[in-house]
Amino acid sequence: MNCSKYFLIALLLSAPASAETILITDGLVHTGDGSAAERRDILISDGTIQRVAADLQADADTVIEANGRPVTPALFAGITASGLSEIGMVYESVDSGLNELYTGLMHPEFDVRDAYNPHASVIPVTRVEGYGYSLLSATTRDRTLAGQGSLVRFDGGFTSFEGDTVLYVNVDGDSGNKLGGSRAAHWMLLQNAFDELATTDADLTLISAAGKATLKSARKNSLFVFQANRASDLLRVIRFAQAHKLRAVISGGQQAWMVREALSDASIPVVLNAMDNLPGNFDALGARLDNAALLHEAGVTVLFTSGETHNARKVRQVAGVAVANGLPHAVAIKAMTSLPAAVFGGAERALVPGARADVVVWSGDPLDVNAAADQVIIGGQLDSMQSRQTQLLQRYLPVDAGMGRAYINP
Amino acid sequence: MLKRLAVICALLFFCPALALSEAFPSTYAAKASAPVVFRNATLLTGDGQRLDNADIYIANGAVQWLGEGEVAPDAMVVDATDRWITPGLIDVHSHLGVYPSPGVAAHSDGNEATAPVTAEVWAEHSIWPQDPGFTRALAGGVTAMQILPGSANLFGGRGVTLKNVPSTSYQGMKFPDAPYGLKMACGENPKRVYGNRNQAPSTRMGNVAAYRNAWIRAQRYMADWDRYNAAVKDAENTDPDNESSASVASAMLTNTPPKRDLELETLAGALRGDILVHMHCYRADEMLTILDMAEEFGYQVGTFHHGVEAYKVADALAANGVCGALWADWWGFKIEAYDGIQENIALVDRPEGGCAIVHSDSEEGIQRLNQEAAKAMLRGNRAGLDIPPERAIRWITSNAAKSLGIDGQTGTLRPGMMADLVLWNQDPFSVYAKPLQVYIDGALHFDRDDPALQPQSDFELGQLLGVSP
Repeated sequence: MNCSKYFLIALLLSAPASAETILITDGLVHTGDGSAAERRDILISDGTIQRVAADLQADADTVIEANGRPVTPALFAGITASGLSEIGMVYESVDSGLNELYTGLMHPEFDVRDAYNPHASVIPVTRVEGYGYSLLSATTRDRTLAGQGSLVRFDGGFTSFEGDTVLYVNVDGDSGNKLGGSRAAHWMLLQNAFDELATTDADLTLISAAGKATLKSARKNSLFVFQANRASDLLRVIRFAQAHKLRAVISGGQQAWMVREALSDASIPVVLNAMDNLPGNFDALGARLDNAALLHEAGVTVLFTSGETHNARKVRQVAGVAVANGLPHAVAIKAMTSLPAAVFGGAERALVPGARADVVVWSGDPLDVNAAADQVIIGGQLDSMQSRQTQLLQRYLPVDAGMGRAYINP
Repeated sequence: MLKRLAVICALLFFCPALALSEAFPSTYAAKASAPVVFRNATLLTGDGQRLDNADIYIANGAVQWLGEGEVAPDAMVVDATDRWITPGLIDVHSHLGVYPSPGVAAHSDGNEATAPVTAEVWAEHSIWPQDPGFTRALAGGVTAMQILPGSANLFGGRGVTLKNVPSTSYQGMKFPDAPYGLKMACGENPKRVYGNRNQAPSTRMGNVAAYRNAWIRAQRYMADWDRYNAAVKDAENTDPDNESSASVASAMLTNTPPKRDLELETLAGALRGDILVHMHCYRADEMLTILDMAEEFGYQVGTFHHGVEAYKVADALAANGVCGALWADWWGFKIEAYDGIQENIALVDRPEGGCAIVHSDSEEGIQRLNQEAAKAMLRGNRAGLDIPPERAIRWITSNAAKSLGIDGQTGTLRPGMMADLVLWNQDPFSVYAKPLQVYIDGALHFDRDDPALQPQSDFELGQLLGVSP
């Protein structure tokens, strides 16, 4: 096998845009940095945003007349298994977690990026809805340390990973009960594992030598995403993160509003689903629709996720629900665009000169269910706005099937 | 006649007619309510009409008039300027109460997954009325819903239609005179559940064989009862000079009644059309197979649920008078959901006679049926189908009522209908829309601005004491 040849092909497939220039005129530009939207033009070339200003005079290969329609950075799709799962219940197509054949409660060295497939149908399905990137998760929920992921761009590249390595840690009641009969087992094992970092490899019992090396490095360089909802668990996360000098993020956080001052003081962001308002279990008593608004008021960084991969496109509705329940609109737009990249170490995504040109022109308010993405631009290139689903529509929309639907090939 | 029936029942210790109509009867009673007139609203009536700057008057639990009419002097006046009013929303597919919150293992009461045919079970016997999900759905404008068994089985059992009112019993919620539903399931779920246990069905052809075998048994059961009832009638008719209850009873005794069978009673009810068939089915080809089977056994499929490929057979559904109860955008969680598109609902709505419904199957989705409908409306309009709000609202009101057989009572705002309605802060087809008030049979059951009218389940009472908001 000619490895260098394959490497070259991979490079070509993920190469940045050609020198095409795109001018978006008169957009209601949400910069994505928390500022109010303003009518602006945007000039894009070489895969980056060149200028943002009113009444730009510039030649361009493509001109998109926004005519007051909203323009945002491409959205963050939340924590997903995009590219790690073709169909949720078709197990041979799912690569997001280690199965039960793998012994051991901690596999920090398990890295889902090794299984990432940019051709998964969910990626264009999500991209045409205005999404440009996601945080890949390792989903093994009955392990304390489930593995690693990172940000990934929906640009079709095989290795379009960005930012910090993220380690997933489960410390909630559900997985704790399966694991050792108590959520305290998580903390016991985590503490033991961190203690083992100081021992010789011969003395390791909880993690492999590779796992130890990963964890040692991660302690300094990575983010730890803790899955937890109950207030007491969230406080325990804060204590553990401070004791071990870890950069921590909460995922879940249904009772985060109860400990928002402590989360704010510890500068720990929370990734939440703003639709959570039911006591799905005893960790979620008191789940409320204004969780995001309360956290934001207390100074906590809030990001959104929908808990779904195939329907990750729903996350902008999740953010809209947060706005409907008190979160400022511009804050939600920032949380859906530039802020996740900032939290997880990715590239600049606000609509400012020099930033990646991942841009969306919307038919209306990007957070409302009555609007959709009209045009997606990824890496400075116009997206085809096609997916399996748009092609199924094109096949079944005509009233006259002619020779049969199989002959209608978009 | 009633007296004679009672005598026969006393003699035989059995009376099928009474047992069918009166088992676990509804004890729902509308709350007392004052008349209310809403002034200057945007009204979506639920049957395709939109009235701007319109008034609507409700009294005695019913809609009295739209437009202009007399108002009782003691009527409450609600200024609905800039507000929208719709019928109360109806979800044809919910598992509230049978898969309640908290979703602990001991609360898992929605699938009697011990045999592929369990038509004998009734979802209502699993309902926990304290599920906090009911109150959240009320805050989302839902005034009625069908609670169904899950889809593990080919025949999952009976569904029940409820009024969304807080109650200590499901009987206190049971929608008066609503027909029962029969939950059936196509495809992956039954064959996976039983195939994994190395028992039938393990294939789609096994599914169909098992449905047909059950229908054949139900046909025999129905014939046995028809024969018996005919014999009783003959005994009455051939002895006109002696109509005493004793002689009728003696005739019945010579014709021993068939043994009552709960499973076949439900299936026979579906064959007779007394029980409405609600069938979980994703794939287009499977829906057509089921329509052929319904033809074979002479019953009507009422509604296909989930139907992510319904758009491929929208014409067949409309031609057969079958509704499609669908999601706005869920797809891809299993291979039979792989071809889901966001225009599904709009395409099922398109043909003449099409009956599209937005359903939830979700404790989250039931709180936002209006948003789900908004997404489906948007996709239809972007595909060029021109669907205004007054048309889309049917998907969560009148079409849903039709699917449940309650369209003569609710789902539409017109004189004489139950005063089940929602006052919205704005156009409901938006993420920012919220029900301000929800009325059921004319009584205000939820008011966003009045904590005294925001019900809470027993389960949530006294939790998190000492936590400051």
